[in-house]
Amino acid sequence: MGQRMLMKGNEAIAEAAIRAGCIHYFGYPITPQTEIAHYMAKKLPKVNGVFLQAESEVAAINMVYGAGSTGTRVMTSSSSPGISLKQEGLSYLAGAQVPAVVVNIVRAGPGLGGIQPSQSDYFQSCKGGGHGDYRQIVLAPSSVQELYELTVEAFNLSDKYRIVTIIQGDGILGQMMEVVEFRDTEPIERPETPWAVTGHENKRAQNVITSIHLNPAVLEQWNRNLQEKYNLIKEKETRYELYNTDDSDIIIVAYGTVARIAKSVIEKAKEEGFNVGLLRPITLWPFPQEAFEKVIDRTKAFITVEMSAGQMLEDVKLSVNGRRPVYFHGRMGGMVPERDDILKLIRDIYGKSA
Amino acid sequence: MTYEIIMAGFGGQGILSAGMLLAHAAMLDGKQVSWLPSYGPEMRGGTANSSVVISDEPVDCPVLNSANVLIVMNRPSLDKFESWVVKDGIVIIDSSIVNRDITRTDIASFLIPATKIASEMGNTAFANIILLGKLVKEKNAVTVESFRKSLYEVLPKRKHHMIPLEMEALEIGMNYTSA
Repeated sequence: MGQRMLMKGNEAIAEAAIRAGCIHYFGYPITPQTEIAHYMAKKLPKVNGVFLQAESEVAAINMVYGAGSTGTRVMTSSSSPGISLKQEGLSYLAGAQVPAVVVNIVRAGPGLGGIQPSQSDYFQSCKGGGHGDYRQIVLAPSSVQELYELTVEAFNLSDKYRIVTIIQGDGILGQMMEVVEFRDTEPIERPETPWAVTGHENKRAQNVITSIHLNPAVLEQWNRNLQEKYNLIKEKETRYELYNTDDSDIIIVAYGTVARIAKSVIEKAKEEGFNVGLLRPITLWPFPQEAFEKVIDRTKAFITVEMSAGQMLEDVKLSVNGRRPVYFHGRMGGMVPERDDILKLIRDIYGKSA
Repeated sequence: MTYEIIMAGFGGQGILSAGMLLAHAAMLDGKQVSWLPSYGPEMRGGTANSSVVISDEPVDCPVLNSANVLIVMNRPSLDKFESWVVKDGIVIIDSSIVNRDITRTDIASFLIPATKIASEMGNTAFANIILLGKLVKEKNAVTVESFRKSLYEVLPKRKHHMIPLEMEALEIGMNYTSA
C-alpha cells in the first residue's frame, strides 16, 4: 500500500505533477487555486525544477510554450479569470502542438465574478476559448484521489498526443481535504521527443516550433492533421463512470463536485422508491457520447445538473438527440446544487410519467 | 455510521484547524473523511465554517446542507445553522460567546463556556478543542488516541510543547456537565 495523506485538492494536484516528472511551473496567484503555486514553490527547487511566479497570466502561459517546446514536462494553473487571459497562449500551444498541463480551478463568473465554486468554464475549455479549429483534452476529477491520478494521467496524455490537457476542477475540489493514497511509483509514459527544440549542435536539421503557416494549402493540411489527431483521441481516450444505470428510470448526468452530490441523491431517492443512476463524464472533451448509447434503451429520462446556466447540457442534448427528455437543474454565481432540490426534480419527473 | 459535522464561528477561533484535526484523527481511525472549509474572503473577526464528514463508507457528498453535529462558537452561526441539524442531532455551543440555547425540541444541545475555561487555562486558543471534547464523548466520532496522534502530525513541531495542554482541554470538554 502506498502512502496515505490527508491533503487539499490543490496540494494533491501539485504533488501529482511533481511525481509525474513536471519540473517547470509558471503561474500567477488567484483564489481558489493558489495552494498549487505555494506547493510548487516549496517543492520544485528540491527536484532541481523551476518555479517562477510570472508577472501575469499571459506571461505564464507563454513561458509554458517555451518550456513545453523543449519537451520537458510543464504546468501552469489558474482560476477562471486567469484562464481567460491564457486563451491566446492556449490557441498557440494547440497550433504548435506543444504538450502542457493547465489546471483550471473554476470560480464563478462572468468577469471578475466571485471566488466560490462554479462549472461555468465548460464552454471555454471544451469548445475553444481561443481562436481556430482546436481542441484540448479536458479531464474532470471528482475527488482528491482522482485529482492526483488524473493529473499524472494528464501529463501522459499531453506527451502522447502533443496536446494541452486541462484539469478542470472547481473551488470545492481545490479547497477540500480528503485522504489520498499515493502509488509507490507512477505509471509514467514518455514518448521520444524528436520534434523538441533542444539544440541541434550542427548534427541534425533544426526543429522549429511554430503555429504560423501563411500558405493556406499548407495550413489546411496542418489543420487536417490536427483533426485526425483529435479524432484519434475521441476514439481512444473517452472516459466516464456509470453508476447504478442497469435498470434506472432516470439518469443524472453530472461531473466533478456535482457528481458527488448526485451520487448521494441516488441513495436518498432509493429510500423513496425511485431508481436513479449516474452518468459521470470524466473526459469533458472528448465528451462520452458512447456512454449514452449504452444506457439510452434502459432509461426514460435524463437530468443534467451543473454549477452553470446549462453548458454541458448542450452536449447531453446532442448525445441524447431527442430520444429521451433531458431535464436541467443548475446553480450559478458560486451557489452549489442542493440534494433536496435535485430530489424534488426527481419526484416531479416521476409524477409526470406516473 | 456517518457523521456530518459543521463547525462554525469567527475567523481566528480555530474553526478550520479544529475540523482538520478531527478529519485527520478519523483518518487515523481508518475512517473515510472529507474536510471542506468556507474559503470566502474571511479573516480574523469574519465568519468561518468547516464541514467534516466521517464515515465507514466512501464519502459521497463533502458539501453539506444538513448535519447531525453542529459546533458553534458565535451567535450568527447558531442562527444560521440551527435549522440545518437533522432530527436527533446535537448542537455543541460555546456558551461564553453565544447568548442563547437552541429553540428546537427535536435535537439536543450541550452548553460549554469553552472560551472562558480556555482563558482560565491561560490560552483562549484551546476553546475549540474543549468543544471537540464533547463531540468525542457524545458521539465517539474519533478515538482519543487518534486525536492525540493527529495533534502531533498536524501541528508544526514548534507547537508540540502545547499538546499536553490541548489534551487536557479535550478531557475538560469530554467531562464537562452543565450546571
